[in-house]
Amino acid sequence: MKVLVAVKRVVDYNVKVRAKADGTDVDLNNVKMSINPFCEIAVEEAVRLKEAGTATEVIAVSVGDKSCQEQIRTALALGADRGIQVETESKVEPLVVAKLLKAVVDKEQPQLVILGKQSIDGDNNQTGQMLGALANMGQGTFASEVAVEGDKVNVIREIDGGLQTVSLKLPAIVTTDLRLNEPRYASLPNIMKAKKKQLDVYTPADLDVAVTSHITQKKVEAPAERKAGITVKDVEELVDKLKNEAKIIS
Amino acid sequence: MSTLVIAEHDNNGLKVSTLNAVAAAQVMGGEIDILVAGANCGAVATAAAAVPGIGKVLVADNVVYEHQLAENVSLLIAEVAAGYDNILAPATANCKNFLPRVAALLDVAQISDITSVESADTFQRPIYAGNVIATVQSTDAKKVITVRTTAFDGAPAEGGSAVIESLDVVHDAGISSFIGEEVVVSERPELTAASVVISGGRGMQNGENFKLLDGIADKLGAAIGASRAAVDAGFVPNDMQVGQTGKIVAPDLYVAVGISGAIQHLAGMKDSKVIVAINKDEDAPIFQVADYGLVADLFDALPELEAQL
Ligand SMILES: Cc1cc2nc3c(=O)[nH]c(=O)nc-3n(C[C@H](O)[C@H](O)[C@H](O)COP(=O)(O)OP(=O)(O)OC[C@H]3O[C@@H](n4cnc5c(N)ncnc54)[C@H](O)[C@@H]3O)c2cc1C
Repeated sequence: MKVLVAVKRVVDYNVKVRAKADGTDVDLNNVKMSINPFCEIAVEEAVRLKEAGTATEVIAVSVGDKSCQEQIRTALALGADRGIQVETESKVEPLVVAKLLKAVVDKEQPQLVILGKQSIDGDNNQTGQMLGALANMGQGTFASEVAVEGDKVNVIREIDGGLQTVSLKLPAIVTTDLRLNEPRYASLPNIMKAKKKQLDVYTPADLDVAVTSHITQKKVEAPAERKAGITVKDVEELVDKLKNEAKIIS
Repeated sequence: MSTLVIAEHDNNGLKVSTLNAVAAAQVMGGEIDILVAGANCGAVATAAAAVPGIGKVLVADNVVYEHQLAENVSLLIAEVAAGYDNILAPATANCKNFLPRVAALLDVAQISDITSVESADTFQRPIYAGNVIATVQSTDAKKVITVRTTAFDGAPAEGGSAVIESLDVVHDAGISSFIGEEVVVSERPELTAASVVISGGRGMQNGENFKLLDGIADKLGAAIGASRAAVDAGFVPNDMQVGQTGKIVAPDLYVAVGISGAIQHLAGMKDSKVIVAINKDEDAPIFQVADYGLVADLFDALPELEAQL
């Protein structure tokens, strides 16, 4: 069984991103870029399926400009077998990413596609579900456990009230949540090996997909600041403040 | 202009998050209908019809919609969407699961997690864990939107008398099935709707110590939340996680106990009215957003707090 994993290049999760002074966009000059943490979990899950003998090949795909090859190499170092870059500008809307991934799915015919549930830049939480609709596949989103059994995959999902289990016919989509696994670190020999692995590059035109835009970003700004608080000396003062100053408890 | 709001429910009752989505729809203006997709969900339809200002409540009551499987419900919504300019749903785990599928079927973008309606086609939404607020304009004729529930005060639940219309539209994609659910039952208010939330982090050390929060939560009528670290460590279940990738809360009072205040956690609670932080490390970033900070060992502070409330 082939597994396709989508990976995205995003600002590292430790970076506190700010809006540019002119409000046109966020300031990503000289900030550290990484593989989206949820995508890293997706890669780990795919590699574990291969190690368990369930998957035969793991293909990592990323949509973006040339710099995203770095994240594809990261996925290859973590154990993916080969990579695909769909060359676009760095910013592409989730619907278009889903269409490009659908075209890659048509080409590669994977039985399972694993994506992160959201990327920590746009916080959209859409691409996996959109791909599911376009490819007419079942989806196990926000997954905390994935078990392939015959021609089905059972997925335990994190929902608002707890956990839900669904069974999906293969081929299917999985989007990862935080508790699915703990990704490994790439070893130096594997990082070296990853450099030699196959990485194919396609353009949207090769895949017959039009890169459309449905949303215009008008401006970005900092959220409203909270006004500075105070330090209380003990629990008694805290309770007093909550009662008499904030008047939030009685 | 016409808007279809997708009801969040459990077949027995309408969830209040639906009322937050209705409130956003009201800001957009025009006519508003509600769609209830479920099985044996008549009580939900009745509740939805009581929301003031609703034109029609459309009910698709069929076993294929019982667990609101995304594969089936998205086909239904995409079909019903033909008659509307906007499709709105609260940004709950359930709606976040199926709504992007609807958008893709309609070949339009989804605008996730809006926090304000600027005009009929322009909205604000937080990006980068809420460190930045983006104003975005949609160029799609049909808009598919999820609504951050904490950003819109819920519309009233009573006083209306909308027409209930049953829909005979059955879509079974046949590619997914529901196996089971482990739902945490709690006497406490729902995390996302509670007016007081008290959350514990890694500093709580284990699940047993979360009991220290119980007595305080009882006295304040609070819901109990947690940081990712506390959930990952297995102290408490996943549905208690507050943050960028967990639940978004904005209660009148949020008490963070043994939580350092990582940006991903702040993203889920920094719009709370009053924030209290209890942490033994005076340099913990949580103090930067706290209205009242108490530098103390939580194992001393919590019993004292319970006693003094
Ligand atoms: C992709 C991604 C998504 C994430 N999503 C979320 C999310 O949704 N929600 C979330 O919360 N996190 C999220 N995180 C994790 C986040 O980055 C932090 O790791 C996490 O919030 C830390 O939890 P914590 O504050 O409980 O633990 P720590 O950072 O370890 O802090 C523990 C705190 O407890 C204090 N403490 C310890 N003992 C005591 C004591 N006896 N008395 C008083 N204080 C004490 C310490 O001083 C410290 O400040 C995410 C991370 C990533 C990469």
